[in-house]
This record gives sequence, C-alpha cells and structure tokens, in this order.
Amino acid sequence: MPEGLHNRVEITVNGEPLTIDAGSTVAVAIAISGAACRSSVSGEKRGPLCAMGICFECRAMVNGIPHTRTCQLLCEHSMEICTT
Amino acid sequence: MSGPYDAIVVGAGIVGAACALECTKAGMHIAVVERDAVGSGATAAGMGHIVVMDDSDAQFALTSYSQSLWNELSDQLPPNVEYVRSGTIWVAADDEEMAEVQRKLDFYSVRGILAEVLDSQSLAEAEPNLRRPLAGGLRVTADAVMYPPCAAGYLLQQAKQHDPDLDLVMGQALHAREGQVVLDNGKVLESEILINATGAVAPALTPGIAVRKRKGHLVITDRYPGFLRHQLVELGYLKSAHSTSADSVAFNVQPRSTGQLLIGSSRQFDAEDSGVDREIVAAMLDRASLYMRSISSLSALRVWSGFRAATPDKLPLIGPTEDTSLFLATGHEGLGITTSLATARLLVDHLLGRPSAIPLDPYLPCRLAQESTMAHTMEASRA
Amino acid sequence: MNHEFEIVVIGAGPAGIAAAVSAAEHDMRVALVDDNPSAGGQIWRTNQGESNQDHSHGSTAAEWRNRLRNANITSLHGWSVFDQIAPRALCAESRGEMAEIRFDKLILATGARERFLPFPGWTLPGVIGVGALQAMVKTGLPIRDARVVIAGSGPLLLAIASALQSAGARVICICEQASVTRLAPFALSLAAFPGKIAEGLRYKVATRRTPYHTSSWPIRATGTDRLQEVTLSIGGKHRTIPCDYLACGFHLVPNVELPALLGCTLADGAVLIDEWQCTSIQDVYCAGEPTGISGLELSLIEGQIAGLAAALHEEKARSLFTQRRKYRGFARRLAAAFALRPELKTLPEESTLLCRCEDVPYGAVRRHHSWRSAKLQTRCGMGPCQGRVCGSAAEFLLGWTADYTRPPIFPVAVSSLACLQSDRNANIEHTHAI
Repeated sequence: MPEGLHNRVEITVNGEPLTIDAGSTVAVAIAISGAACRSSVSGEKRGPLCAMGICFECRAMVNGIPHTRTCQLLCEHSMEICTT
Repeated sequence: MSGPYDAIVVGAGIVGAACALECTKAGMHIAVVERDAVGSGATAAGMGHIVVMDDSDAQFALTSYSQSLWNELSDQLPPNVEYVRSGTIWVAADDEEMAEVQRKLDFYSVRGILAEVLDSQSLAEAEPNLRRPLAGGLRVTADAVMYPPCAAGYLLQQAKQHDPDLDLVMGQALHAREGQVVLDNGKVLESEILINATGAVAPALTPGIAVRKRKGHLVITDRYPGFLRHQLVELGYLKSAHSTSADSVAFNVQPRSTGQLLIGSSRQFDAEDSGVDREIVAAMLDRASLYMRSISSLSALRVWSGFRAATPDKLPLIGPTEDTSLFLATGHEGLGITTSLATARLLVDHLLGRPSAIPLDPYLPCRLAQESTMAHTMEASRA
Repeated sequence: MNHEFEIVVIGAGPAGIAAAVSAAEHDMRVALVDDNPSAGGQIWRTNQGESNQDHSHGSTAAEWRNRLRNANITSLHGWSVFDQIAPRALCAESRGEMAEIRFDKLILATGARERFLPFPGWTLPGVIGVGALQAMVKTGLPIRDARVVIAGSGPLLLAIASALQSAGARVICICEQASVTRLAPFALSLAAFPGKIAEGLRYKVATRRTPYHTSSWPIRATGTDRLQEVTLSIGGKHRTIPCDYLACGFHLVPNVELPALLGCTLADGAVLIDEWQCTSIQDVYCAGEPTGISGLELSLIEGQIAGLAAALHEEKARSLFTQRRKYRGFARRLAAAFALRPELKTLPEESTLLCRCEDVPYGAVRRHHSWRSAKLQTRCGMGPCQGRVCGSAAEFLLGWTADYTRPPIFPVAVSSLACLQSDRNANIEHTHAI
C-alpha cells in the first residue's frame, strides 16, 4: 500500500469513534478497533476467514442492519458498526 | 441378524420412522428401507408444525390424538429436534375471517382444545411484527413446532433401542407385494407385514392408490431472535389447502428455536419437477410480506421444495390393502409431521388387533375404492 | 431495475477483465458484474483509495487495468448474482436492491475460492486464508511488524509471503504440505515458462530469509478469543510458534455454483468447455479458474478467447489456442504438484468444528453416509455460506459431493426473491388482498 495520508473516513465501531483510510473495508475497521466481527452460534469469537464474501464469518451489524458481510464493504462517513 | 422380519417399513420419513418405533415397541424385529437419507423426503420439506385441525371430525380426531402423543413424548425429545410449544395464531384479516375465528373457537372448545380469541390490539401485542390493523386471531396454545428430519432420526433411533437388530437397508424399493420387498440392487426382503410409508411416491410402489404429488416450497432466513413468537397462519390457508386444482400460496410462518424464520406455504398440483419454482416462491414471499412488512428485509439463506402426498378427501391412507401382506401409511398431505405418531399407533393397533384410541375407519384405504365403486354404481343407475 | 447487454461478464478478476475488454474492444455492448467494490478479483484486488498507478502487480495488471479504463464497459460493482430468472436473464442484488441483468451472451468468470481444512483452533480470529490476509492488507489492515505464519498449499503461499514482507510483516515461516518429491518436478517444469521463472525468483529473493518447509502443515491453533500461537508439523516434528496471524489455505476450489445453477455440465468440479470456452449451454461461456485451477496467465488467455468468441472474432480467438494449450499443461502440473496429502484428513478431531456457520463438529458429521444425510441431521451446510466452506472441506475429508445447486446461490433479502414481475404471478391464487 502506498505511504502517506489518503482521504480519511470517520466511523464508529461499537460506539467508539474511529478514523480510517478511505478504501478500507469495514472488516479492517473492526480488526483495527480490536473487536471480533461476530460471535458464532455457540458463542465463539469469529473474524474474517475468506475475505472475499463467501464464508460469512465477517458479519456484523452495519447502520442497524444485522448479518452484513463486512469484508467487501467499504467504510463510509458516519457508518455505525456493531459487533456481537 | 437380517431376516426373517416381523415387518418391513418402506420409507424412513417421519411416518415410516414412527411406524418403525411402534412396531418395535410391540416386540417386532423389522427392516426399514430408505433410498436416500432418513427424513429426506417430504419430511425435509415440511414445516414441522404440530397442529390440531378442524376441517372435519376425522381430521380433528387424528391431529388431536397425535398432538397428545407428541406432548407425551416432548420431554424426551433431544435438543436437535427443536421441539417448542410456541402455539399457533390463526390470523384473521377481516370480519369474515373473524367469524371463522369464532367458528373455530366453538369447534375446539366443545372438544376440549384450549383456544383464545385475540382482538386487533391483543394480536398486535402478541406479534408486534404483524401489519396493523388486522381483525384479530385465534391463539391455540398447545400447538408446537419442531425440526422434522431430526424427529424422524430420533424415532428411528428409539426403534433401534427396542429392536437392536433393526436393519436400516439403503436402497430403492421397486416392488412391495405378497410378502416381498424387491430393491433396485436386486435384494429381496421378506415379511408377512409390509408397510408402504413412501409419501408422495407411494403409488410407484403400490399402483392405483389415490395419492397425488402436491408441491410446496419453504424459505428460511438468517437468525432474528424475537422477530416471531408463534406459528402464524392466515385463515385463508384453509381455502388454499382445499383447492384441488389451482396453484396457491398462503401466509404461514414459523419461528425456529435458532431464531430463524421458516416461511411457507405454497401448493401446486401437477408439478413433477423438484426444482425451485421462482414465481410461486415470489408469490409466497410477497404474501408473507403483506402480513409482516419487515420480513422483506430479512436475509433469506435457502429455498427448497418437496412433495406432499395428497388424497382426494384430505385424509391419509392408513391400514390394509387387498394384498393381505401390504399396509399403507401415506397420503398425509400437509399434516404428516403432526399425524405421524397417531398413524403409527393406529396401524400397529390394527396389526395386533389392539383397541385404538380413535376409530381407524375414516382412514382405511378401502374407503376410496368404495367411494369410486359407489360412484360407478350411481352413474350406472342414472344411465 | 433492469439492464440489458449484448455480453454480460460475471466476475471482474483477470479472466473477466480480459473477456470484457476483448469483447468491448470489438464494439460489443458489455457489462462487467462483480460483488466487490472495484475490479481486480482476488489476485488483483486493490484498495480503492490508491492512485491509478498500481505497481503491486506488475505491468500485466497495469496494462489490463488501462485497457479496462479505456474500454466502453458498464461496470456493475457491488452486485451479487444470485439466480437465473429467464434463459437470458440473471438477477443480482446490491445492498438490498434487486436488478435483472439481461444478456445475449454470458461469460462466467467467477474465479475460485480458497479451500479451508479444519484443524483444532482453526476458527480463532487471526486464522485466516492466504489470499484473504493479502486482501485484508490491501484494504487497509495494518500488518507492519505483525508475526505471520503461512501454511497450507499452493504457489499462493510464496506469493503472499513476498507481498506481506513488502508490507513490513514478519513472515516467520512458510509450511507447504506437498513434499519436495512432488514439488521438484514442478519447479523444473517452470523452465518452460520464463514469466513464471521470473515470478518464482522474485518470490525467492523476497522470502530468502524465510524458511520454506515442505511436507509441513498446521496441527493446532491456540489462543483465547484470538490466535496466540500455532503448532506445526515440520518434517514430522511438532513446533509451536507464537504469531499474530496464521494465513492458511489449501489451494483453490473453483466457484462453479453459478455455472451449475445455469445447468452447465461439470466434470470433477470444473466447468466443461469447448475450444471457444463455450459451456454445454448455448451462448454461455466460462473462463478462468472455474474451468480448472490454473493461475493468472491461463485466466487471461481464456478470458480473451471467450470475449473474442462471444464477439464473433473467432480467428483472433484461435490465435490464442497455442498459448492456452501451453498453460493448460502448466495447470495440470500445478494440480499434481500440490495435490493434498492424506495426512490432512487426520487433522480435525471429533470436536473440531466442520461447519462454522452452524457450529457442527466434525465427529457429528462424519457418522453419516452422505452429505445429504449429514446436512439434514446435523444442519451442517445449512448456514449462509451454503456449504462453500464446510462442503469443500467435507469433499476432501469424506469424499462426499453436494448433489445440487438451488437458488439463491447467495443469501439475499426476502424482497429480492419476492421481486418478480407481477404478470407472472397472475396464475397463482391467494384468497384475498388485505
């Protein structure tokens, strides 16, 4: 990745504000925040496995919509991300 | 130990599995023949709704008897059967349907089934995601929901407890008559009691029986705990179930214990193809969204279809045929899950000459032959 | 919303880009559909924030991106194709909205996904695919000074190691499950492919201080809520290494769900095609990994042939046949070199989860005699991944194949399934409007 500042985007992850490079995915934002994307049906913490939209491990709530895949979704200004 | 078998059950769906359990409880050593996987036919395409129906006295008798058997069994069911006594709400959209609610209430009350009328307000409180306003509904609290393939698996597993030598024979039965079941791999199984529990394809094994395929579809969503509490069925469902020709859909949704929503229901005659029928699924989901607007934004994970076994009078075929070795346990249309236990009990009662809790007569296969004989006679006399 | 095109290309990886560009440069009205926010697929995945100069993939990628930019192509990014609703119409969804995409000819370039095999601890955050980790880094994941172990199988392992090191990660080691005996002939055969030699040398130079172990694989990943260390079998001995990421993938599986849904004939999990890259369905072409895992060069060639053939420029397409033959040979050697060894079947324990969507342990699944039985009784494969992870693993572990593909081939909003033209519903009864 080229060095230097790009456009930056301001979002919140689990209520905490986060400023991140434009072009970053929501999955990356979650990783940077230190959270896991989701809890599995038996309560295990999970993060992205395939990072290409087929494993569904990266699901989180984005702007109130649950079960949203985050690895192909670019962060947008004032996006609200909640992990389970 | 393989043969000799006291009975052979063909079909390891929920009806076959229930029959297997009743036979083995009665001390029989049996074989069960299955061509694909346990619970993989209509059992896998059923909603798993255990419901008391009021279409006719005979249907009421069978469904309520069977529901009480499920109630008795419920404590023993393992978690993967996902049995939950969530109750049914029959949803009334208008005054005409509210009148139907009253009729149902009267029917149930007289017969000791607990039901409660919900007005518009209490319906909305019971199910906040239903559109408002609706006229109201009828809540039947003893109805339950469950996951049928694992229920079939459980019943078969219990059968193995009673008959440790139970043979689950994988293969397609080509013939079942005169004491022999012949499989596609050439294997021949012998018994004095053969039970055809093959659902929608029962006529392939027993030609001439009045069972027709009636296709249905289901859609399941991702997990949305709390979205839905009861099985919701529109009262118009009954008209859909009664139609003998048209394709139809009705609002019918179920909360699974996983928090997923199971969405039905559709009915088609003369659809032989087991693939998903997009138009009818679209119509079914459209109808569901009409009753619950927020369903349309839920994530749908899978769509699948199956064939119910439909009979001309909406009652199953349970009991003997002209072939003294062959018995039927099929034709359950949309009530196979509910009535599986009672079907098996009635059949084995008959085999052993035991008294039954309810009469077997309305479900005897010969009733349809008699009716057609009567029809011929009447036609002849008119001529 | 409806779109209508002469040629629709599904998948904007190298094969799809090559197909779309080839067709568009010959005046066809072309759409390029992909569920990612921008073109490139996996191997050429970018951070959209980067400048137009993409140096990370070399001149081939830059050249094709240039041609893509200059070609008259309608790019439909962020659209996920989920069903076919008419012989020449697909439906796709984007952010809850549904659209029909109509075509005269279709080119399927749906690429491949990584094969994940279960082992104890494989579900921990931090255990991630090989291409996946690179994709995350390209889309903003900070990786400088992160300790990474790379394991699994395939040439991707080296490529990723090189890329990660360039980004400042500490790649501790690379564990390839194939044996030296299998790999050596493959390495020798690269002599016939000068481009690949250069590629290989580039990787070797970049990763020269990083040990590359053959006949090695992961045994166990451990950590509380997150990966903390991995135990590897290296040359028969177990070694435990603390790390931040375990990038682990066992080669690739073709994405054949859409071809299967359309009714294309498959063999051994790959789409059968004729010399024009046409499938068993008329006017439906397929290019790249779905016809057989083979890498970048063949994807580009097949994409061009498909695009040219669909645009009825058969002579130009034919001129690429020789190259295609050559790279198909490479593909065969690739498959042989990186074939998965049987020891990998012993990695999962009874309690190791096989289905990650429904948390179904391997022990519960393998008691069954078929995928269908296992699915019905344990619910494995019934989650949103629709068996793409667990099913591919079960194929290797247990020899089962999933028997059919049903729509939707990805989870979609209920509204997208409900959204068909109302005139088609005219023959379906419902009792009343409410």
